[in-house]
Amino acid sequence: MDSGVTAWLLTSSALVFLMIPGLAFFYGGMNRSKSVLNMLMMVIGALFIVGILWALYGYSMAYGSSAGYFVGSFTDYFGLEAALAPPAEGDAFPVMVDVVFQAMFACLTVGLIAGALADRMKFGAWIIFAAIWASLVYFPVAHWVWGGGWIGQLNIGGAEVIDFAGGTAVHINAGAAALAVCIILGKRLGWPKTPMRPHNLTMVMLGAGLLWFGWFGFNAGSAYAADNTAAIAATNTLVATCGAGIAWLVVEKLRDGKATSLGAASGIVAGLVAITPACANVTPLGAILIGIIAGAVCAWAVTIKYKLGYDDSFDVVGIHLVGGIVGTLALGFLASDLAAEGGQNGLLYGGSINLLIVQIIAAAGVLVYSFILAGIIALVLKSTMGIREDEEDEVGGIDLAEHAETAYELGDSGGGGVFAGVGHTARAKEVE
Amino acid sequence: MKLVTAIIKPFKLDDVKTALEGLDIQGMTVSEASGFGRQRGHTEVYRGAEYTVELVPKVRIEIVVEDDRAGDVIGAIVDAAQTGKIGDGKVWSSPVDEVVRVRTGERGAEAL
Repeated sequence: MDSGVTAWLLTSSALVFLMIPGLAFFYGGMNRSKSVLNMLMMVIGALFIVGILWALYGYSMAYGSSAGYFVGSFTDYFGLEAALAPPAEGDAFPVMVDVVFQAMFACLTVGLIAGALADRMKFGAWIIFAAIWASLVYFPVAHWVWGGGWIGQLNIGGAEVIDFAGGTAVHINAGAAALAVCIILGKRLGWPKTPMRPHNLTMVMLGAGLLWFGWFGFNAGSAYAADNTAAIAATNTLVATCGAGIAWLVVEKLRDGKATSLGAASGIVAGLVAITPACANVTPLGAILIGIIAGAVCAWAVTIKYKLGYDDSFDVVGIHLVGGIVGTLALGFLASDLAAEGGQNGLLYGGSINLLIVQIIAAAGVLVYSFILAGIIALVLKSTMGIREDEEDEVGGIDLAEHAETAYELGDSGGGGVFAGVGHTARAKEVE
Repeated sequence: MKLVTAIIKPFKLDDVKTALEGLDIQGMTVSEASGFGRQRGHTEVYRGAEYTVELVPKVRIEIVVEDDRAGDVIGAIVDAAQTGKIGDGKVWSSPVDEVVRVRTGERGAEAL
Protein backbone atom coordinates (compact mmCIF):
# COMPACT_ATOMS: atom_id res chain seq x y z
CA MET A 1 0.00 0.00 0.00
CA ASP A 2 1.20 3.49 -0.84
CA SER A 3 0.41 5.69 2.12
CA GLY A 4 1.07 8.86 0.10
CA VAL A 5 -1.58 7.96 -2.46
CA THR A 6 -3.97 6.79 0.23
CA ALA A 7 -3.52 10.02 2.17
CA TRP A 8 -4.13 12.14 -0.92
CA LEU A 9 -7.28 10.22 -1.85
CA LEU A 10 -8.69 10.46 1.67
CA THR A 11 -7.94 14.19 1.61
CA SER A 12 -9.56 14.50 -1.81
CA SER A 13 -12.64 12.70 -0.49
CA ALA A 14 -13.04 15.38 2.16
CA LEU A 15 -12.43 18.09 -0.44
CA VAL A 16 -15.15 16.71 -2.71
CA PHE A 17 -17.47 16.37 0.26
CA LEU A 18 -17.19 20.11 0.92
CA MET A 19 -18.55 20.72 -2.58
CA ILE A 20 -21.93 19.43 -1.39
CA PRO A 21 -22.64 22.16 1.19
CA GLY A 22 -20.85 24.53 -1.20
CA LEU A 23 -23.35 23.62 -3.90
CA ALA A 24 -26.22 24.02 -1.45
CA PHE A 25 -25.11 27.58 -0.68
CA PHE A 26 -24.35 28.39 -4.31
CA TYR A 27 -27.93 27.48 -5.17
CA GLY A 28 -29.46 28.72 -1.91
CA GLY A 29 -28.25 32.27 -2.42
CA MET A 30 -30.10 32.36 -5.73
CA ASN A 31 -33.39 31.39 -4.06
CA ARG A 32 -35.86 33.93 -2.88
CA SER A 33 -35.63 34.31 0.90
CA LYS A 34 -38.82 32.30 1.41
CA SER A 35 -37.39 29.14 -0.17
CA VAL A 36 -33.67 29.02 0.63
CA LEU A 37 -33.99 26.38 3.35
CA ASN A 38 -35.79 24.01 1.03
CA MET A 39 -32.91 24.24 -1.45
CA LEU A 40 -30.35 23.51 1.25
CA MET A 41 -32.51 20.58 2.34
CA MET A 42 -32.82 19.20 -1.19
CA VAL A 43 -29.04 19.04 -1.57
CA ILE A 44 -28.42 17.72 1.94
CA GLY A 45 -31.36 15.30 1.67
CA ALA A 46 -29.91 13.86 -1.53
CA LEU A 47 -26.60 13.45 0.30
CA PHE A 48 -28.31 11.49 3.10
CA ILE A 49 -30.15 9.09 0.85
CA VAL A 50 -27.46 8.56 -1.79
CA GLY A 51 -24.77 8.08 0.85
CA ILE A 52 -26.70 5.13 2.25
CA LEU A 53 -27.57 3.68 -1.16
CA TRP A 54 -23.89 3.89 -2.12
CA ALA A 55 -22.99 1.68 0.83
CA LEU A 56 -25.89 -0.71 0.23
CA TYR A 57 -25.52 -1.36 -3.49
CA GLY A 58 -24.39 1.83 -5.29
CA TYR A 59 -20.67 1.14 -5.23
CA SER A 60 -21.38 -2.42 -6.28
CA MET A 61 -23.52 -1.33 -9.23
CA ALA A 62 -20.88 1.18 -10.31
CA TYR A 63 -17.72 -0.80 -9.71
CA GLY A 64 -18.77 -4.44 -9.38
CA SER A 65 -18.08 -6.95 -12.15
CA SER A 66 -19.75 -5.85 -15.35
CA ALA A 67 -23.02 -7.28 -16.61
CA GLY A 68 -23.09 -6.67 -20.36
CA TYR A 69 -21.07 -3.46 -20.04
CA PHE A 70 -24.23 -1.82 -18.68
CA VAL A 71 -24.17 -2.15 -14.92
CA GLY A 72 -21.99 -3.66 -12.24
CA SER A 73 -22.97 -6.65 -10.16
CA PHE A 74 -25.52 -5.78 -7.48
CA THR A 75 -23.98 -8.26 -5.06
CA ASP A 76 -20.18 -7.99 -5.45
CA TYR A 77 -19.89 -5.23 -2.88
CA PHE A 78 -23.40 -5.28 -1.37
CA GLY A 79 -23.17 -3.63 2.02
CA LEU A 80 -19.46 -3.03 1.36
CA GLU A 81 -18.41 -6.15 3.26
CA ALA A 82 -16.21 -7.19 0.36
CA ALA A 83 -14.44 -3.82 0.56
CA LEU A 84 -13.40 -4.21 4.19
CA ALA A 85 -10.31 -6.34 3.63
CA PRO A 86 -6.90 -4.63 3.71
CA PRO A 87 -5.39 -3.96 0.28
CA ALA A 88 -3.79 -6.84 -1.56
CA GLU A 89 -0.05 -6.91 -2.13
CA GLY A 90 0.81 -4.38 -4.82
CA ASP A 91 -2.38 -2.31 -4.55
CA ALA A 92 -1.64 1.37 -4.01
CA PHE A 93 -4.65 1.98 -1.76
CA PRO A 94 -7.48 0.04 -0.06
CA VAL A 95 -10.74 -0.52 -1.95
CA MET A 96 -12.51 1.43 0.78
CA VAL A 97 -10.62 4.56 -0.28
CA ASP A 98 -12.18 4.25 -3.72
CA VAL A 99 -15.56 3.65 -2.06
CA VAL A 100 -15.49 6.83 0.01
CA PHE A 101 -13.95 9.01 -2.73
CA GLN A 102 -16.54 7.99 -5.31
CA ALA A 103 -19.37 8.17 -2.78
CA MET A 104 -18.88 11.94 -2.72
CA PHE A 105 -19.28 12.10 -6.50
CA ALA A 106 -22.55 10.19 -6.34
CA CYS A 107 -23.99 12.39 -3.58
CA LEU A 108 -22.92 15.59 -5.32
CA THR A 109 -24.24 14.60 -8.74
CA VAL A 110 -27.75 13.94 -7.47
CA GLY A 111 -27.70 17.23 -5.57
CA LEU A 112 -26.82 19.12 -8.75
CA ILE A 113 -30.27 18.37 -10.17
CA ALA A 114 -31.99 20.28 -7.35
CA GLY A 115 -30.91 23.62 -8.80
CA ALA A 116 -33.43 23.30 -11.60
CA LEU A 117 -36.32 22.59 -9.24
CA ALA A 118 -36.28 25.55 -6.86
CA ASP A 119 -39.27 26.66 -4.79
CA ARG A 120 -41.84 24.17 -6.01
CA MET A 121 -41.15 20.46 -5.56
CA LYS A 122 -42.60 18.40 -2.74
CA PHE A 123 -39.72 17.45 -0.49
CA GLY A 124 -40.78 13.82 -0.14
CA ALA A 125 -41.10 13.45 -3.89
CA TRP A 126 -37.60 14.90 -4.35
CA ILE A 127 -36.07 12.43 -1.90
CA ILE A 128 -37.73 9.50 -3.63
CA PHE A 129 -36.70 10.85 -7.03
CA ALA A 130 -33.11 11.20 -5.78
CA ALA A 131 -33.05 7.59 -4.59
CA ILE A 132 -34.51 6.17 -7.80
CA TRP A 133 -32.45 8.34 -10.16
CA ALA A 134 -29.24 7.45 -8.32
CA SER A 135 -30.12 3.74 -8.57
CA LEU A 136 -31.29 3.63 -12.17
CA VAL A 137 -29.11 6.34 -13.69
CA TYR A 138 -26.08 7.49 -11.72
CA PHE A 139 -24.82 4.09 -10.56
CA PRO A 140 -25.09 2.50 -14.03
CA VAL A 141 -23.64 5.54 -15.81
CA ALA A 142 -20.69 5.66 -13.39
CA HIS A 143 -20.19 2.02 -14.36
CA TRP A 144 -20.34 2.90 -18.06
CA VAL A 145 -17.60 5.48 -17.70
CA TRP A 146 -15.34 4.25 -14.91
CA GLY A 147 -16.46 0.79 -13.84
CA GLY A 148 -15.75 -1.18 -17.00
CA GLY A 149 -18.95 -0.35 -18.88
CA TRP A 150 -19.47 0.45 -22.53
CA ILE A 151 -18.15 4.01 -22.55
CA GLY A 152 -14.92 2.90 -20.90
CA GLN A 153 -14.65 0.03 -23.41
CA LEU A 154 -15.54 2.07 -26.48
CA ASN A 155 -12.75 2.02 -29.04
CA ILE A 156 -12.97 3.37 -32.57
CA GLY A 157 -9.77 3.02 -34.52
CA GLY A 158 -7.72 3.19 -31.34
CA ALA A 159 -9.57 6.25 -29.98
CA GLU A 160 -11.00 5.80 -26.50
CA VAL A 161 -13.31 8.08 -24.52
CA ILE A 162 -11.57 10.51 -22.18
CA ASP A 163 -13.61 11.54 -19.14
CA PHE A 164 -11.07 12.10 -16.43
CA ALA A 165 -13.25 13.30 -13.57
CA GLY A 166 -16.86 13.28 -14.70
CA GLY A 167 -17.86 15.52 -17.59
CA THR A 168 -20.28 12.87 -18.81
CA ALA A 169 -21.05 10.82 -15.70
CA VAL A 170 -21.50 13.83 -13.43
CA HIS A 171 -22.33 16.98 -15.36
CA ILE A 172 -24.04 15.91 -18.57
CA ASN A 173 -25.81 13.27 -16.52
CA ALA A 174 -27.17 15.69 -13.90
CA GLY A 175 -27.88 18.42 -16.46
CA ALA A 176 -29.95 16.16 -18.69
CA ALA A 177 -31.94 14.89 -15.71
CA ALA A 178 -32.52 18.45 -14.51
CA LEU A 179 -33.92 19.40 -17.92
CA ALA A 180 -36.36 16.51 -17.96
CA VAL A 181 -37.59 17.01 -14.40
CA CYS A 182 -37.97 20.79 -14.58
CA ILE A 183 -40.12 20.42 -17.70
CA ILE A 184 -42.38 17.86 -16.03
CA LEU A 185 -42.51 19.76 -12.75
CA GLY A 186 -43.52 22.97 -14.52
CA LYS A 187 -42.53 26.58 -14.01
CA ARG A 188 -42.48 28.44 -10.75
CA LEU A 189 -45.69 30.45 -10.38
CA GLY A 190 -45.18 33.75 -12.12
CA TRP A 191 -42.00 32.75 -13.95
CA PRO A 192 -40.59 34.48 -15.94
CA LYS A 193 -42.76 37.62 -15.54
CA THR A 194 -42.38 37.99 -11.79
CA PRO A 195 -38.88 39.07 -10.79
CA MET A 196 -37.23 36.27 -8.81
CA ARG A 197 -34.07 37.99 -7.79
CA PRO A 198 -31.36 36.08 -5.91
CA HIS A 199 -31.82 36.85 -2.23
CA ASN A 200 -28.17 36.64 -1.18
CA LEU A 201 -25.41 36.97 -3.73
CA THR A 202 -22.68 36.85 -1.09
CA MET A 203 -23.87 33.32 -0.31
CA VAL A 204 -23.67 32.46 -4.02
CA MET A 205 -20.06 33.62 -4.22
CA LEU A 206 -19.15 31.80 -1.02
CA GLY A 207 -20.72 28.63 -2.42
CA ALA A 208 -18.82 29.03 -5.69
CA GLY A 209 -15.61 29.45 -3.71
CA LEU A 210 -16.25 26.27 -1.73
CA LEU A 211 -17.03 24.43 -4.95
CA TRP A 212 -13.78 25.61 -6.52
CA PHE A 213 -11.80 24.59 -3.43
CA GLY A 214 -13.38 21.15 -3.36
CA TRP A 215 -12.95 20.74 -7.09
CA PHE A 216 -9.18 20.44 -6.66
CA GLY A 217 -9.95 17.17 -4.90
CA PHE A 218 -12.55 16.23 -7.48
CA ASN A 219 -10.15 16.64 -10.42
CA ALA A 220 -6.70 16.07 -8.97
CA GLY A 221 -7.97 13.25 -6.76
CA SER A 222 -9.26 11.52 -9.87
CA ALA A 223 -5.63 10.85 -10.79
CA TYR A 224 -5.78 8.13 -8.11
CA ALA A 225 -2.21 9.05 -7.40
CA ALA A 226 -0.24 11.86 -5.83
CA ASP A 227 1.84 12.49 -8.90
CA ASN A 228 2.47 14.63 -11.95
CA THR A 229 -0.96 13.89 -13.39
CA ALA A 230 -2.65 15.12 -10.21
CA ALA A 231 -0.58 18.30 -10.30
CA ILE A 232 -1.48 18.94 -13.95
CA ALA A 233 -5.15 18.40 -13.14
CA ALA A 234 -4.94 20.82 -10.22
CA THR A 235 -3.21 23.49 -12.29
CA ASN A 236 -5.74 23.16 -15.08
CA THR A 237 -8.55 23.36 -12.53
CA LEU A 238 -7.22 26.76 -11.53
CA VAL A 239 -6.46 28.30 -14.91
CA ALA A 240 -9.46 27.03 -16.88
CA THR A 241 -11.75 28.44 -14.21
CA CYS A 242 -10.05 31.83 -14.30
CA GLY A 243 -10.52 31.86 -18.07
CA ALA A 244 -14.19 31.01 -17.76
CA GLY A 245 -14.78 33.70 -15.16
CA ILE A 246 -13.23 36.35 -17.39
CA ALA A 247 -15.12 35.14 -20.46
CA TRP A 248 -18.47 35.22 -18.64
CA LEU A 249 -17.84 38.75 -17.40
CA VAL A 250 -16.80 39.96 -20.85
CA VAL A 251 -20.00 38.56 -22.35
CA GLU A 252 -22.02 40.34 -19.65
CA LYS A 253 -20.18 43.62 -20.11
CA LEU A 254 -20.81 43.56 -23.85
CA ARG A 255 -24.38 42.24 -23.69
CA ASP A 256 -25.82 43.68 -20.48
CA GLY A 257 -23.55 46.62 -19.76
CA LYS A 258 -22.11 45.48 -16.41
CA ALA A 259 -19.96 42.68 -15.09
CA THR A 260 -21.90 41.07 -12.22
CA SER A 261 -20.90 39.05 -9.18
CA LEU A 262 -23.47 36.41 -10.10
CA GLY A 263 -21.78 36.24 -13.49
CA ALA A 264 -18.39 35.73 -11.86
CA ALA A 265 -19.73 32.94 -9.63
CA SER A 266 -21.47 31.35 -12.61
CA GLY A 267 -18.34 31.59 -14.73
CA ILE A 268 -16.41 29.81 -11.99
CA VAL A 269 -18.79 26.87 -12.04
CA ALA A 270 -18.97 26.77 -15.85
CA GLY A 271 -15.18 26.62 -16.07
CA LEU A 272 -14.93 23.93 -13.40
CA VAL A 273 -17.55 21.83 -15.15
CA ALA A 274 -15.86 22.11 -18.54
CA ILE A 275 -12.34 21.29 -17.32
CA THR A 276 -13.57 18.28 -15.32
CA PRO A 277 -13.37 15.70 -18.13
CA ALA A 278 -10.26 17.30 -19.62
CA CYS A 279 -8.13 18.32 -16.64
CA ALA A 280 -5.41 15.68 -17.05
CA ASN A 281 -5.32 15.54 -20.84
CA VAL A 282 -4.79 19.13 -21.92
CA THR A 283 -1.95 21.59 -21.45
CA PRO A 284 -2.54 24.65 -19.26
CA LEU A 285 -2.96 26.72 -22.44
CA GLY A 286 -5.55 24.24 -23.68
CA ALA A 287 -7.25 24.45 -20.29
CA ILE A 288 -7.43 28.25 -20.46
CA LEU A 289 -8.97 27.99 -23.92
CA ILE A 290 -11.54 25.44 -22.72
CA GLY A 291 -12.37 27.74 -19.83
CA ILE A 292 -12.85 30.76 -22.06
CA ILE A 293 -15.08 28.83 -24.45
CA ALA A 294 -17.13 27.37 -21.59
CA GLY A 295 -17.55 30.74 -19.88
CA ALA A 296 -18.74 32.43 -23.05
CA VAL A 297 -20.95 29.58 -24.24
CA CYS A 298 -22.59 29.06 -20.84
CA ALA A 299 -23.15 32.81 -20.38
CA TRP A 300 -25.17 32.57 -23.55
CA ALA A 301 -26.75 29.20 -22.76
CA VAL A 302 -28.37 30.41 -19.52
CA THR A 303 -30.65 32.65 -21.59
CA ILE A 304 -32.05 29.84 -23.78
CA LYS A 305 -34.63 28.87 -21.16
CA TYR A 306 -36.43 32.19 -21.62
CA LYS A 307 -36.84 31.49 -25.31
CA LEU A 308 -37.87 27.86 -24.91
CA GLY A 309 -39.92 28.37 -21.76
CA TYR A 310 -38.61 25.77 -19.30
CA ASP A 311 -37.87 26.98 -15.78
CA ASP A 312 -34.39 25.61 -15.14
CA SER A 313 -34.28 27.85 -12.09
CA PHE A 314 -30.55 28.08 -11.40
CA ASP A 315 -29.28 26.92 -14.79
CA VAL A 316 -28.27 23.33 -14.21
CA VAL A 317 -28.84 22.84 -17.94
CA GLY A 318 -27.14 26.05 -19.04
CA ILE A 319 -24.05 25.43 -16.92
CA HIS A 320 -23.70 21.71 -16.17
CA LEU A 321 -25.18 20.14 -19.29
CA VAL A 322 -23.76 22.72 -21.68
CA GLY A 323 -20.45 23.08 -19.82
CA GLY A 324 -20.10 19.29 -19.63
CA ILE A 325 -20.66 19.01 -23.37
CA VAL A 326 -18.15 21.79 -24.08
CA GLY A 327 -15.45 20.09 -22.01
CA THR A 328 -16.17 16.61 -23.31
CA LEU A 329 -16.13 17.64 -26.96
CA ALA A 330 -13.20 20.05 -26.55
CA LEU A 331 -11.05 17.02 -25.80
CA GLY A 332 -11.58 15.94 -29.41
CA PHE A 333 -9.60 19.01 -30.42
CA LEU A 334 -7.35 19.88 -27.50
CA ALA A 335 -6.30 16.57 -25.93
CA SER A 336 -2.53 16.46 -25.90
CA ASP A 337 0.04 13.81 -25.06
CA LEU A 338 2.20 16.65 -23.78
CA ALA A 339 -0.05 16.58 -20.70
CA ALA A 340 -0.86 12.88 -20.55
CA GLU A 341 2.25 10.94 -21.42
CA GLY A 342 1.42 8.28 -23.97
CA GLY A 343 -2.12 9.65 -24.12
CA GLN A 344 -4.29 10.55 -27.06
CA ASN A 345 -4.13 13.66 -29.20
CA GLY A 346 -7.03 15.78 -30.37
CA LEU A 347 -7.36 17.23 -33.85
CA LEU A 348 -5.32 20.35 -33.05
CA TYR A 349 -2.45 18.18 -31.83
CA GLY A 350 -2.37 15.93 -34.87
CA GLY A 351 -4.78 13.29 -33.59
CA SER A 352 -7.50 11.61 -35.64
CA ILE A 353 -11.13 12.60 -35.73
CA ASN A 354 -11.99 9.32 -34.04
CA LEU A 355 -11.38 10.85 -30.61
CA LEU A 356 -13.98 13.54 -31.28
CA ILE A 357 -16.38 10.85 -32.49
CA VAL A 358 -16.09 8.71 -29.36
CA GLN A 359 -16.43 11.83 -27.20
CA ILE A 360 -19.67 12.71 -29.02
CA ILE A 361 -20.99 9.17 -28.62
CA ALA A 362 -20.25 9.18 -24.89
CA ALA A 363 -21.85 12.60 -24.35
CA ALA A 364 -24.93 11.73 -26.37
CA GLY A 365 -25.30 8.31 -24.76
CA VAL A 366 -25.33 9.72 -21.24
CA LEU A 367 -27.51 12.70 -22.20
CA VAL A 368 -30.21 10.63 -23.84
CA TYR A 369 -30.26 7.89 -21.21
CA SER A 370 -30.40 10.29 -18.26
CA PHE A 371 -33.00 12.56 -19.90
CA ILE A 372 -35.34 9.69 -20.69
CA LEU A 373 -34.96 7.84 -17.40
CA ALA A 374 -35.29 11.02 -15.31
CA GLY A 375 -38.39 11.95 -17.30
CA ILE A 376 -39.98 8.55 -16.74
CA ILE A 377 -39.21 8.59 -13.01
CA ALA A 378 -40.65 12.10 -12.66
CA LEU A 379 -43.78 11.20 -14.63
CA VAL A 380 -44.40 8.11 -12.52
CA LEU A 381 -43.98 10.07 -9.29
CA LYS A 382 -46.18 12.84 -10.65
CA SER A 383 -49.04 10.45 -11.39
CA THR A 384 -48.73 8.57 -8.10
CA MET A 385 -47.66 10.69 -5.12
CA GLY A 386 -47.57 14.06 -6.90
CA ILE A 387 -44.43 16.16 -7.21
CA ARG A 388 -45.69 19.73 -7.24
CA GLU A 389 -46.15 21.83 -4.13
CA ASP A 390 -49.65 23.32 -3.60
CA GLU A 391 -50.08 26.72 -5.18
CA GLU A 392 -50.82 28.41 -1.86
CA ASP A 393 -47.76 26.90 -0.21
CA GLU A 394 -45.53 27.85 -3.12
CA VAL A 395 -46.63 31.47 -2.92
CA GLY A 396 -46.40 31.55 0.88
CA GLY A 397 -42.96 29.97 0.74
CA ILE A 398 -41.95 26.33 0.56
CA ASP A 399 -39.70 26.74 3.62
CA LEU A 400 -42.68 27.27 5.86
CA ALA A 401 -44.90 24.74 4.06
CA GLU A 402 -42.42 21.86 3.88
CA HIS A 403 -40.13 22.47 6.83
CA ALA A 404 -42.11 24.71 9.24
CA GLU A 405 -39.18 27.12 9.36
CA THR A 406 -38.22 30.62 8.25
CA ALA A 407 -34.64 31.21 7.12
CA TYR A 408 -34.26 34.73 8.44
CA GLU A 409 -35.65 36.18 11.66
CA LEU A 410 -34.90 39.86 11.31
CA GLY A 411 -36.52 41.48 14.31
CA ASP A 412 -38.76 40.83 17.25
CA SER A 413 -41.79 42.55 15.78
CA GLY A 414 -41.76 39.93 13.04
CA GLY A 415 -44.07 37.31 14.43
CA GLY A 416 -44.36 37.28 18.19
CA GLY A 417 -45.93 34.03 19.37
CA VAL A 418 -45.56 31.88 22.45
CA PHE A 419 -43.85 28.61 23.24
CA ALA A 420 -46.56 25.99 22.89
CA GLY A 421 -44.77 22.90 24.21
CA VAL A 422 -42.85 20.10 22.57
CA GLY A 423 -43.88 17.86 19.68
CA HIS A 424 -47.42 16.57 19.86
CA THR A 425 -48.34 18.85 22.74
CA ALA A 426 -47.65 21.87 20.58
CA ARG A 427 -49.74 20.59 17.71
CA ALA A 428 -52.58 19.53 19.99
CA LYS A 429 -52.75 23.00 21.49
CA GLU A 430 -52.85 24.50 18.04
CA VAL A 431 -55.90 22.38 17.26
CA GLU A 432 -57.66 23.52 20.45
CA MET B 1 -51.41 69.55 15.94
CA LYS B 2 -49.99 68.36 12.67
CA LEU B 3 -48.44 65.12 11.51
CA VAL B 4 -45.54 65.90 9.19
CA THR B 5 -44.66 62.98 6.95
CA ALA B 6 -41.58 63.05 4.78
CA ILE B 7 -40.42 60.55 2.20
CA ILE B 8 -36.74 61.16 1.46
CA LYS B 9 -33.66 59.59 -0.05
CA PRO B 10 -32.16 57.18 2.49
CA PHE B 11 -28.70 58.77 2.45
CA LYS B 12 -30.23 62.11 3.49
CA LEU B 13 -31.63 60.77 6.75
CA ASP B 14 -28.69 61.93 8.86
CA ASP B 15 -28.80 65.45 7.44
CA VAL B 16 -32.53 65.71 8.06
CA LYS B 17 -32.18 64.37 11.57
CA THR B 18 -29.47 66.91 12.37
CA ALA B 19 -31.58 69.75 10.97
CA LEU B 20 -34.59 68.70 13.01
CA GLU B 21 -32.55 68.38 16.19
CA GLY B 22 -31.58 72.02 15.58
CA LEU B 23 -35.30 72.87 15.74
CA ASP B 24 -35.55 71.16 19.12
CA ILE B 25 -37.88 68.48 17.88
CA GLN B 26 -38.63 66.02 20.69
CA GLY B 27 -39.00 62.82 18.68
CA MET B 28 -39.57 61.22 15.35
CA THR B 29 -40.43 57.86 13.84
CA VAL B 30 -38.26 56.57 11.01
CA SER B 31 -39.12 53.62 8.82
CA GLU B 32 -37.88 52.07 5.62
CA ALA B 33 -40.28 52.54 2.74
CA SER B 34 -40.37 51.82 -0.93
CA GLY B 35 -42.35 53.34 -3.71
CA PHE B 36 -42.13 55.46 -6.79
CA GLY B 37 -42.96 58.93 -7.96
CA ARG B 38 -41.52 60.55 -11.02
CA GLN B 39 -38.30 58.70 -10.36
CA ARG B 40 -39.12 55.26 -11.65
CA GLY B 41 -37.15 52.23 -10.56
CA HIS B 42 -33.98 50.80 -11.95
CA THR B 43 -32.88 47.79 -13.96
CA GLU B 44 -31.07 44.76 -12.55
CA VAL B 45 -29.60 41.97 -14.66
CA TYR B 46 -29.16 38.42 -13.42
CA ARG B 47 -27.50 35.96 -15.79
CA GLY B 48 -28.71 38.00 -18.73
CA ALA B 49 -32.31 38.35 -17.50
CA GLU B 50 -33.30 41.98 -17.01
CA TYR B 51 -35.66 42.93 -14.23
CA THR B 52 -37.15 46.36 -13.84
CA VAL B 53 -37.34 47.10 -10.16
CA GLU B 54 -40.19 49.59 -9.97
CA LEU B 55 -40.11 50.44 -6.30
CA VAL B 56 -37.22 52.55 -5.08
CA PRO B 57 -36.06 52.31 -1.46
CA LYS B 58 -36.86 55.45 0.57
CA VAL B 59 -36.97 56.50 4.20
CA ARG B 60 -40.20 57.72 5.78
CA ILE B 61 -40.03 60.19 8.67
CA GLU B 62 -43.06 60.98 10.80
CA ILE B 63 -43.19 63.81 13.34
CA VAL B 64 -46.13 65.24 15.26
CA VAL B 65 -45.76 68.97 16.07
CA GLU B 66 -47.87 71.89 17.19
CA ASP B 67 -49.66 73.69 14.35
CA ASP B 68 -47.45 76.79 14.31
CA ARG B 69 -44.25 74.77 14.04
CA ALA B 70 -45.26 72.61 11.06
CA GLY B 71 -44.05 75.18 8.54
CA ASP B 72 -40.56 75.37 10.07
CA VAL B 73 -40.26 71.61 10.26
CA ILE B 74 -41.31 71.14 6.67
CA GLY B 75 -38.86 73.84 5.58
CA ALA B 76 -36.01 72.26 7.52
CA ILE B 77 -36.68 68.85 6.03
CA VAL B 78 -36.86 70.19 2.50
CA ASP B 79 -33.62 72.16 2.92
CA ALA B 80 -31.76 69.20 4.37
CA ALA B 81 -33.07 66.56 2.01
CA GLN B 82 -32.74 68.47 -1.22
CA THR B 83 -30.22 67.36 -3.86
CA GLY B 84 -32.02 68.96 -6.78
CA LYS B 85 -32.18 65.66 -8.59
CA ILE B 86 -35.25 63.65 -9.43
CA GLY B 87 -36.34 61.33 -6.59
CA ASP B 88 -35.69 63.70 -3.66
CA GLY B 89 -39.10 62.80 -2.22
CA LYS B 90 -42.15 64.55 -0.76
CA VAL B 91 -43.16 66.17 2.52
CA TRP B 92 -46.72 66.75 3.62
CA SER B 93 -48.62 67.56 6.76
CA SER B 94 -52.01 66.47 7.97
CA PRO B 95 -54.17 67.39 10.95
CA VAL B 96 -53.98 65.27 14.10
CA ASP B 97 -57.01 64.97 16.41
CA GLU B 98 -55.39 63.71 19.55
CA VAL B 99 -52.04 62.68 21.00
CA VAL B 100 -51.59 60.79 24.28
CA ARG B 101 -48.32 60.09 26.08
CA VAL B 102 -48.63 56.47 27.11
CA ARG B 103 -46.47 56.76 30.24
CA THR B 104 -48.40 59.57 31.92
CA GLY B 105 -51.69 59.87 30.11
CA GLU B 106 -50.99 63.53 29.20
CA ARG B 107 -52.94 64.71 26.19
CA GLY B 108 -52.55 67.20 23.36
CA ALA B 109 -49.54 69.51 23.12
CA GLU B 110 -48.43 68.36 26.59
CA ALA B 111 -47.84 64.90 25.20
CA LEU B 112 -45.44 66.02 22.48
